[in-house]
Amino acid sequence: MSAHIKDKKRLSGVLESKEVMMIKGPLIFVKASSGVSYDELVEIELSSGEKRRGRVLDVSTGVAVIQVFEGTTGISTTGTSVRFLGKTLELGVSEDMLGRIFNGLGDPIDGGPAIVAEEKRDVNGDPLNPTSRAYPKDFIQTGVSAIDGMNTLVRGQKLPIFSGGGLPHNLLAAQIARQSVVRGENEQFAVVFAAIGVKYDEFLFFKKFFEETGARNKVAMFVNLANEPAMIRLMTPRVALTLAEYLAYERDMHVLAIITDMTNYAEALREVSSAREEIPGRQGYPGYMYSDLASIYERAGRTVGKKGSITQMPILSMPNDDITHPIPDLTGYITEGQIVLDRGLYNRGIYPPINVLMSLSRLMKEGIGPGKTREDHDDVYNQLYAAYSRSQELKSLATIIGEESLSPTDKKYLRFGEAFERSFINQLPTENRSIEETLDIAWNVLSILPETELTNVRPQYIEKYYRKG
Amino acid sequence: MSVLGRIRRISGSLVVAEDMAGIKMYEVVEVGSEGLIGEVSRIEGDVAYIQVYESTSGLMPGDPVRGTGNPLAVELGPGLMSQIYDGVQRPLEGIRELSKSIFVKRGVKLPALPRDKKWHFVPNQQAKPGTKLSGGTVIGTVKETELIEHRIMVPPNVHGILKEIQSEGEYTVEDIIGEVESDGKKIPLRLYHTWPVRLPRPYLDKLEPTEPLITGLRIIDTLFPIAKGGTAAIPGGFGTGKTVTLHGLAQWSEAKVVIYIGCGERGNEMTEVLERFPEYKDPWTGRPLMDRTILIANTSNMPVAAREASIYVGVTMAEYYRDQGYDVLLVADSTSRWAEALREIAGRLEEMPAEEGYPSYLASRIAEFYERAGRVVALGDPRRVGSVTLGGAVSPPGGDFTEPVTSHTRRFVRVFWALDTALAYSRHYPAINWLLSYSAYADTVSEWWRKNVNEMWAEDRKKALNILYRENEVREIVRLVGTEGLSETDKLVLFTARLLKEGFLKQNAFDPIDAFSDPKRQYKMLRSILTVHEAISSIISQGTITMAEVEPVITDLVAQLMRGRYTIPHDKLEEFDALVEKILEKLKGLQHAR
Repeated sequence: MSAHIKDKKRLSGVLESKEVMMIKGPLIFVKASSGVSYDELVEIELSSGEKRRGRVLDVSTGVAVIQVFEGTTGISTTGTSVRFLGKTLELGVSEDMLGRIFNGLGDPIDGGPAIVAEEKRDVNGDPLNPTSRAYPKDFIQTGVSAIDGMNTLVRGQKLPIFSGGGLPHNLLAAQIARQSVVRGENEQFAVVFAAIGVKYDEFLFFKKFFEETGARNKVAMFVNLANEPAMIRLMTPRVALTLAEYLAYERDMHVLAIITDMTNYAEALREVSSAREEIPGRQGYPGYMYSDLASIYERAGRTVGKKGSITQMPILSMPNDDITHPIPDLTGYITEGQIVLDRGLYNRGIYPPINVLMSLSRLMKEGIGPGKTREDHDDVYNQLYAAYSRSQELKSLATIIGEESLSPTDKKYLRFGEAFERSFINQLPTENRSIEETLDIAWNVLSILPETELTNVRPQYIEKYYRKG
Repeated sequence: MSVLGRIRRISGSLVVAEDMAGIKMYEVVEVGSEGLIGEVSRIEGDVAYIQVYESTSGLMPGDPVRGTGNPLAVELGPGLMSQIYDGVQRPLEGIRELSKSIFVKRGVKLPALPRDKKWHFVPNQQAKPGTKLSGGTVIGTVKETELIEHRIMVPPNVHGILKEIQSEGEYTVEDIIGEVESDGKKIPLRLYHTWPVRLPRPYLDKLEPTEPLITGLRIIDTLFPIAKGGTAAIPGGFGTGKTVTLHGLAQWSEAKVVIYIGCGERGNEMTEVLERFPEYKDPWTGRPLMDRTILIANTSNMPVAAREASIYVGVTMAEYYRDQGYDVLLVADSTSRWAEALREIAGRLEEMPAEEGYPSYLASRIAEFYERAGRVVALGDPRRVGSVTLGGAVSPPGGDFTEPVTSHTRRFVRVFWALDTALAYSRHYPAINWLLSYSAYADTVSEWWRKNVNEMWAEDRKKALNILYRENEVREIVRLVGTEGLSETDKLVLFTARLLKEGFLKQNAFDPIDAFSDPKRQYKMLRSILTVHEAISSIISQGTITMAEVEPVITDLVAQLMRGRYTIPHDKLEEFDALVEKILEKLKGLQHAR
């Protein structure tokens, strides 16, 4: 996608048209002589002198369909001039962008000086060649037991947080951003933060958080607020990830990209699709939403021969807490697992309210074990899953037939389930547990169960870690 | 004369071109000055609708569009093995070297088979000048990898008198190694030929799939077996382990050649295969898995139109190795992404949608794809029997098996491995639900098991399934009345079902011992559990001893039996017998105490 448009029929790179034929939703239809190219960046000047930007979504001989980022409010069919800029949307990238705040298209909004770009990059990026990728296997210790112990994050992974309105996903994302370390290493890191259609107070939360932790100079923020034009939301994550790619692959940094809230992105995508009268897929979302989301989420990873990496942590709110809604559903099919927050746990006062059964880290297996975490980690987490899911089953059974009718072993499972939630999952937002602490707590709660129930654990680890009596 | 037209409109991957009179449906065209590859998918007068396999960013109306005169075809010859291709058979390794970039840049053109590499060609004794050759006849061999003796065949559509053949020696794929005269025309033979991907390769005869394709996965081989030349679907919501299961199939199954299509899936999953397969050993031959594997990668962020093609590219290669007389396993992860690519293309062509926006020909396309599986007698001499086994993942939105892709696929496959979210949540892997899954080959392959493993295989398989089915009913009862009211027999069913699940069905894909079980080990494990079940059953049926008394006596030993799947290696199967023996003794002791 990065190919620059070749000027074959255009002497200068810029082409102009003053004939706006139709305006519909976020789209304008412009008469243009030949020479307009697909996906080209466009500048629109209103009769008031105001300038907006857009891109070509569809072009045929004579007519170009343009998606206007800042919206079409105030655009008229007369007095508007449209300039085709002969290039796709690019971001001038530089290491100096760390510590700065930008709008959703990458222009500084913090009052600081303009960025002197070291390089210009097409925001759409190119797909990574699978042969250039290096499989992620470096364990990241987040200090959160439910993640480190049960859904381990590795460097270069894309692991989203599935949340719902009112749940503490921001607090959790901030805690992860603050505490994450790859043990035994002291390498360059950076955070790229993209806010897509978020409320001002959410933005403020992250801004204050980065300032308070002194990490400010390591963070670049790209912000599109809820009251800003929706069309920009389609570009914001791409702009942010373009910087992330530059920092990771050209500047050897380990980048954590936090993107919130992908649900707003998908809504904007649906808006454009319906304005173009496309045949909708599920729930009105376009049929290509999977590929479109993938073009964002896949921009994470490690590559052969480069030091840096991009670890992606998108946040999305599940409409009505429904994990089968197209947005979380398609996301789950693309990302390498998911951290699911649960309202039931939250209401019981458990922080972080991570539903470990529904959560998953697909890259965990390569990141754990001797030399990375601890020898017993693999067995312990398998056992915790098996036992906790059994305890949940028994808990729902007990509500029907009464706890008394359960066998003594089953009652131990109930106690185990309770302890697992209270002491393993539950921790303070400021509590940073080492992986050893996490696994020790795991053995504390596993030791509630009789030894013979631990069929997923190798006998030598039971010998070593199980607490008798 | 190739057709030369120009672009009229660009919308996403769709390019509409005019002045294209004479262009053929599904012809490959080169679009724009960079010559991006596309395929004609509709013709109206002199206007052609083209699916472009690369990003169309920057194309303009008026840019040239050139016909190539040929349909989308793949190169078939030595050099395919161990490669990783994109959806239209471009070598990704080569692209990386050529473009010197970690990204896939568009417009890069490279032949699928390396042109400079020399292969050691050994002509067949029978292939002498003057002999009559029919299509598919083997004229010689090339050692492609340690595992694959590549049989060089006359293309299926070529037949005539062999005029000339080169002697043993080193040749590139482009070198002419022989010549056939047919109807007065001279046709050169090379180490490779091309074949259009949408046209199934012809064969002499199709046979019934009776031999199991052993996969090393216990729930598959023992409960829901797949036959060589069979078809299987593996549907499941996200996180249920489709990919891990397919990787397992690609890794452990007894196929001679494995083709893995990453169709609209994650880049890291292809990388995982690329990193692991050269290191891992094929359990059947001890050679690196990569020696028998071809990868096709159209990751989710690569162009969608090529995703539609990737499936056909893969299955055509599979048929080519089948024609050489090999058993080929093709796994496609995921056919849903392929169907979605169809939907997207149909949408851009403004075709009338059927269910959930999918085009009305979805079902027939799925059927056509799975119909390319089979065990066949190949064309030409000598007689060769090969097979293509197809396994496709299905990714139903929201895990809903009634959606169009899953429900249509179900009609055309004979094995259904239904993945279950609840099992996956409790990390019971492979999360294949034994109540929803089925295999139509269970009866046809039982003869093989009877001969090669144990006479009682079919009966024991049924016993195990019946226990699992009964367990489900018993659990329904427990949900209403609790465990108190259960009969002793039903309590035993719960006990044995747990033993089966923990000690047999669960299989850790990353454990060195557990990941792979050969048929003998599988049967030994199953039989051990059933022996314990039968012994307890005979005790409690006498009515004096209850399950509550039995369980504490043997609980330690039973835990050991459950751990056996990862503690007892293949060469120490007698340890299972020893464990069972100990359990039986304890049970006897319990009876004597009475």
